[in-house]
Amino acid sequence: MSDAPEQNIHIDPYERTWIRISIGFLIFFIIMIVVAGLALGIQVPTDEGRVNPNTLDAELPWSEPGLREIVPGEEYEVYIVASRFSFNPREITVPKGAKVTFWATSSDVQHGFALEGTNVNMMVIPGQVSKLSATFDEPGEYNYICHEYCGLGHAAMFGTVTVES
Amino acid sequence: MIEDRVTQPTRELTRSEKRFVGIHVIFAVAALSIGIQYGPMQALEHAGLDLYPKMSFLASSYYQGLTLHGVLNALIWTTFFITGFLTLVVIKGLERPLRYPWLNRIGFWMMVVGLFTAAIPILGNQATVLYTFYPPMEASALFYIGLVLVVVGSWIEGYGMYFTFYAWRKENPGTRSPFVALAAVITMVMWQIATIGIASEILAIILPSVFGWTSGTDPQLSRTLFWFTGHPLVYFWVLPAYLSWYAMLPKQVGGKMFSDSLARLVFWLFLILSTPLGFHHQFADPGVPAGWKFIHALLTLGVSFPSLLTLFTVVASLEYGGRKRGGKGLFGWIRALPWSNPSVVWQLLAGLLFVFGGIGGIINASYNVNLALHNTSWVPGHFHLTVASAATMSFVGISFWLVPYLTGKPLWRPKLAAAAAWIYFGGMVIFSNAMHVIGLLGAPRRTPLGTAPYVPGEWAGHLWRIGFGGTIMWIGLMIFIVVVAVTALQRKRLPEDQLVEVPIAESIRDPQMTPEWLDRWRPWLIAAVVLILLSYGPQLYEQITQIQLTSPGFTP
Ligand code: HEM
Ligand SMILES: [Cu+2]
Repeated sequence: MSDAPEQNIHIDPYERTWIRISIGFLIFFIIMIVVAGLALGIQVPTDEGRVNPNTLDAELPWSEPGLREIVPGEEYEVYIVASRFSFNPREITVPKGAKVTFWATSSDVQHGFALEGTNVNMMVIPGQVSKLSATFDEPGEYNYICHEYCGLGHAAMFGTVTVES
Repeated sequence: MIEDRVTQPTRELTRSEKRFVGIHVIFAVAALSIGIQYGPMQALEHAGLDLYPKMSFLASSYYQGLTLHGVLNALIWTTFFITGFLTLVVIKGLERPLRYPWLNRIGFWMMVVGLFTAAIPILGNQATVLYTFYPPMEASALFYIGLVLVVVGSWIEGYGMYFTFYAWRKENPGTRSPFVALAAVITMVMWQIATIGIASEILAIILPSVFGWTSGTDPQLSRTLFWFTGHPLVYFWVLPAYLSWYAMLPKQVGGKMFSDSLARLVFWLFLILSTPLGFHHQFADPGVPAGWKFIHALLTLGVSFPSLLTLFTVVASLEYGGRKRGGKGLFGWIRALPWSNPSVVWQLLAGLLFVFGGIGGIINASYNVNLALHNTSWVPGHFHLTVASAATMSFVGISFWLVPYLTGKPLWRPKLAAAAAWIYFGGMVIFSNAMHVIGLLGAPRRTPLGTAPYVPGEWAGHLWRIGFGGTIMWIGLMIFIVVVAVTALQRKRLPEDQLVEVPIAESIRDPQMTPEWLDRWRPWLIAAVVLILLSYGPQLYEQITQIQLTSPGFTP
C-alpha cells in the first residue's frame, strides 16, 4: 500500500458505492415528487391572499359561509369559517362525482382542516386564506377534522361532507 | 496504512468541571422524569383509559399535560443534557480548561432561571399552549420570557465553548482540531444560527402583543419564524448523538473511528444545510407560495445525504470493532458487539430505530406526499423515533458512562440498565407503528382521541396498541431514571484502578491527513449564511414587509 502522508479526503471503495447509491436514491425521490406534483396534479396550498380575521362578518364571501354551486352536479365551492370550536358550515351535501373546492379561514386562532379519504389537508390560519380541492367519486360521509390544537374544546371540532349517489 | 500516531487525550476534568457538567445532567434527568409521566397518560387516554380525573395533581387537562410533556422532554431534557455533554466533550477533546468558565456558568444559570420562569405559568395552567405556542393562542408573558432565557443561556454556553476552541487554536497552530471538539462547537454554532428565528418571533412579535404594545400578532409570519428554528432544532437533538456514534461508540465496542475526514464533512454539511429548509414543516400553510415549499423540499432531501453518509460510516466502524472482537461472516460481527454493555445497547438500538425515523422523515419531507400525514398521529409517531429514540436513547446510553465518570461511582445494576433498552425499544416499536398507522387513517395529533366524537370503532385495536406500547416505553425510561439516581446517590465508589474513562475513539487514519478545508470555519460559515439568505431571504422579506398585526391574543 502506498502511504504517502498526503492530505486528502480518504474514501473507502465501499463508501464510494454507498455515496452513489445515496445520490441515486435522492434523485429518484426528487423525480417522484415532481411527477406527483405536476402529472398527478396533487397540489399543496399556496398563497391565496389575506383577510382581516376581525371583520369576516362584514366582507363577502366570508360573511356568508357555505356551499356555492358553480356547475350543477359537477363543480362546487364551499367557504368555511373555523372558529373555536366548530366549522361553519358544519355539514355540506354534494352529489357523487362533484369537484369541490374548499376555501377556509379562521376568525380566531390557528386551526387545521383535514378531509378524510382525500388529499385535502391544510392549516387554517387567521389572516390567511386556505384553498384545496377534492373530487368525490364514492358516495358516503367524509369528516373534516380540526387537526391543530385550538383550545380546550379542540377534540370536538369537526364537520361532515355527505356525498349523495 | 499509517499506524496510529494519535495519542489519547489524557487530561481529566477537574472536580469543579465535573460538578458543572453534572448539574446539567441533574436538571436534564429531573425534567425527563417529570415530562415522561404524561406519556403513558396520553397513550392510555387514546386506548380509552382516562387517567386525568384521577391524576389531576399532574395536569388539569390533556393539553396542559401535553404542554409539559413537549416542553420538558423535547426542550429542557435535550437542551440541558446537550449543553452539559458538549461542555465535557470540548474540555476533554481539547484537553484544556474552558477559556472563561464564568461565561459558561452565566449561561447555565440563565437557563435555569428561564426554566423556572417558564415552569410557573405552565404549572399554573396559564400557558397551556403546547411547546409550539402558535400565536394568537396566548400564554402568560412569563412563559415566553422563560423560553427566551433558556435559549439565550444556551447561546452563552455556546460562546464559552467558542472562546475555548479559539484559545486552543491559537495554542496549537497547524494541528488538526480534535474531531469531537470541532463537532461539539459546530453543533452549538448551528444552534446559534437557527434559534435566531424563534428569538425574533418571541421578542419582535409575541411579547409586544402580550404586553399590549401592538394590536396583535401576524400568525403566518410567526409560524415562518418558528419553523426557521423548528427544523434545525431536530439536528440540535440528533447531532450530539451522531457525535457519540461517530467518535465514542466505536471506542466502546473496541474499534476505531472509520473516517475522520468524512465525519467532519458530515458535520459541516449539517451546519450549512440544517436551517435553509424549514418550509417543509409548512407544506400545508396557506401563506407560503408553493414554489418556495418545493425548493425547501429539495433542500431537505439534500440534508438527508449527510445522514446517509453517517449510516454507512457508523455501521462500518461498528463492523471494524465487531471483527476485532472476533466476529466472523457477513453478520457475525453484529453478534460480537458488546450487547451486554448498557451504554452500547441503548445506543445501538437508538441507531436502529433512527433508520426508520429517517425513512419516515424523507416521506414527511416529500412535498405533496406530506398532505397524507400532516398533523396526523403519524407525526408524533415519527418523532418518537427521532427525538425520543435516536436522541433520547443515545443520551441515556451516554449517561451510563457519564454518571459513573462524573461521580466516580459504579453503575448500579448494569444488567437491568441493559435490559431496559430492550423494554423501551419493544414498547417504541409497538407504539410508533400504531401511531403511524392511525395517522394514515386520518387521526389528528394533539387530540385526546379517546373522547373525540369522530373516532371510528375500527381504530380501537391501534389505539389499544398505543396505550400498551406507551406504557412499556415508560417502564424502560423509569428504569433508566432509577438506575442513574441510585448510581449517583449510593455510597460505593469505584477503586482508583477501575475509574471510568471518557470513550474517545482514535481514527483509523491520522487526523493530520485530513485536508485543511475540513478544519476551517470561514468558508462553511459563509456558505451557511448565503444558503439561508437564498432560501429564506425573499420570503422573509415579503412576509415581514407585508406584516399585518391583526390577530389579538386568545387564551386557550
Ligand atoms: C414514556 C414514554 C413516552 C410516551 C408513552 C409518549 C407518548 C406520547 C404521545 C401519545 C404523544 C401524542 C400526543 C398527541 O399528539 O395528542 C406524545 C407527544 C409528544 N412527545 Fe412523547 N411520549 C413518551 C416519551 C417522550 C420523550 C422521551 C420525548 C422527547 C424527548 C417525547 C416528546 C414528545 C413531543 C415533543 C410530543 C409532541 C407534543 C405536542 O404535540 O405538542 N415523548 N408523546
Ligand atoms: Cu380547531
